Amino acid sequence: MSTPVVSPEIDKAIRPQPKQWQADFTLGLRRGLPIALGYIPVSFTFGLVAVRGGLPAWIAIFISLTNLTSAGQFAGTSLIIAGATLFEITITTLVINLRYLLMSLSLSQRLSPLLPLAQRAVMAFGITDETFSVASLEAQEITFPYMLGLISGPYCGWGLGTALGALICSVLPGQLQEALGITLYAMFIALLVPNAKRSRAALVVALVAIGISSCFAWLPALHQISDGWGIIVATVTACLVGAAFFPRKDV
Amino acid sequence: MNRILLAVLCMAFVSYLPRVLPMALRKKIESPFLRSFLYYVPFAALGALTFPHILYSTGHLASAVVGMVVAFTLAFRGKGLLTVAVAAAIAVYLCQLFLV
Repeated sequence: MSTPVVSPEIDKAIRPQPKQWQADFTLGLRRGLPIALGYIPVSFTFGLVAVRGGLPAWIAIFISLTNLTSAGQFAGTSLIIAGATLFEITITTLVINLRYLLMSLSLSQRLSPLLPLAQRAVMAFGITDETFSVASLEAQEITFPYMLGLISGPYCGWGLGTALGALICSVLPGQLQEALGITLYAMFIALLVPNAKRSRAALVVALVAIGISSCFAWLPALHQISDGWGIIVATVTACLVGAAFFPRKDV
Repeated sequence: MNRILLAVLCMAFVSYLPRVLPMALRKKIESPFLRSFLYYVPFAALGALTFPHILYSTGHLASAVVGMVVAFTLAFRGKGLLTVAVAAAIAVYLCQLFLV
């Protein structure tokens, strides 16, 4: 019996070098900071709405720390407050969150196949619209410490905002609240526009998605369909267009 | 209270499930079509998430449009996430001051 030889590549994946680990983590942390700040007003509103709706503050915080979704937990919580059935609550939340299936699948292709399952499970928990976008637009490989750094800030921001909203339980001045409502969308624009400028394919894919998502919002026939489905249909169709007309050889 | 906790746990479960299932997939997808499809997910998702929802994010269409234009202009000039977000919020705030 010969001793099993571990290739340097496998060795590096199993035991990342401490220096590299720290550098990746710090990079992730830095990238996550704007997201964390953007999350605070949104989760503040969540905490406020939940407590105003009659839920105890600790439940509101517990929801934010276990769900870590914006639209999904807003919808689920308002159904809890409205006294909906468990089935309704679960299905509605699931439908809104189905888009994560696409994001997670896309992200999984950017990971080293050697990455252990436990680390993948932790990384998966932190996938949100914002962390996914930032991570997948990163040029380098997505490592465990990078993702850990990226999700810690937003996770804390989401929890902190919820706690503040739930405990303070008074509305921010109306105009400030409304102004802060645009921040996450502005971040989406900041992520999308430079890429659309660089690549015609990215521009076309984004425009197709915007077109379909507008149809779901504005065409009376499609208006009945929930927002969750609208985003999924728009994303899938736009990606199909991208793959059909701008196939990538290098990905 | 138990009913509420149960509902929250169900919500947590269906929030985690779609995130973790694909991540457990270790195989690299071979099909060039599918790889291209997945490559475009961030651009498609960003488009679908942003528009038209951004128009309803501030409570006033006009201020939302102003915020959007400011965000777009700064993003086009290559400004970072935080700058774009803060500038858009300030633009909306100023706009609401004059509107209301």
